[in-house]
Amino acid sequence: MTLEILYFASLRERVGVSRETVASDAATVRDLIAELGARSDAHAAAFADPAALRCAVDQELAGLDAPLAGVRELAFFPPMTGG
Amino acid sequence: MSARVQQAAFDLAQELQGFGQGAGGIVTFTGIVRDEGGSLTALRIEHYPGMTERLLGEYGARAAERFGLSDWRILHRHGDIQVGDQIMMVATAARHRRAAFEAADYLMDWLKSRAPFWKQEIRRDGSTAWVAAKDSDEDDLARWQGA
Repeated sequence: MTLEILYFASLRERVGVSRETVASDAATVRDLIAELGARSDAHAAAFADPAALRCAVDQELAGLDAPLAGVRELAFFPPMTGG
Repeated sequence: MSARVQQAAFDLAQELQGFGQGAGGIVTFTGIVRDEGGSLTALRIEHYPGMTERLLGEYGARAAERFGLSDWRILHRHGDIQVGDQIMMVATAARHRRAAFEAADYLMDWLKSRAPFWKQEIRRDGSTAWVAAKDSDEDDLARWQGA
């Protein structure tokens, strides 16, 4: 499947792009993180500690075990600091 | 009952015009950029367009249901916001004060750690630094869960 991956805040700076299109058969967010981490040294550094990341699957906050079947948009970012 | 994300400054009095008509009490909270001991010139706020607006609407609707609000409004800015300027506001209207106070507190706890905004400090010396999420914000949010 083809996934649109978005990065926000410090994660965007680490990866070096705000979005990229990725072909993947990853079953879960966790599996996708392993694939993304292998794309470049910058990706590897950005995804070194998955537990420190937050994720949205098709614009819904999701955990690392969220399934990716049928998903189109993934976003990765640090913990949110609104308010 | 509305949630809005915008870059422009806002006027609290204008936002409250016609808000909560018929309610017994209205509570408003306004967040303002601190100067952090004189070290800051501004906050830069990034968000997730589309998702942010939708989530704020969901949190508002959830607060309305839980606390029996007759009206609510959430407004959050993005972009560069100077020290002393308003970042965001929450207003809640209810028949009695406690529901309005609690709903505003509840909404702020959700906005702090579950709304896709990220703050970056723009410092007087020209450097920038992302604001880290605080464990205490998670503790605040946990107060409302399981109930």
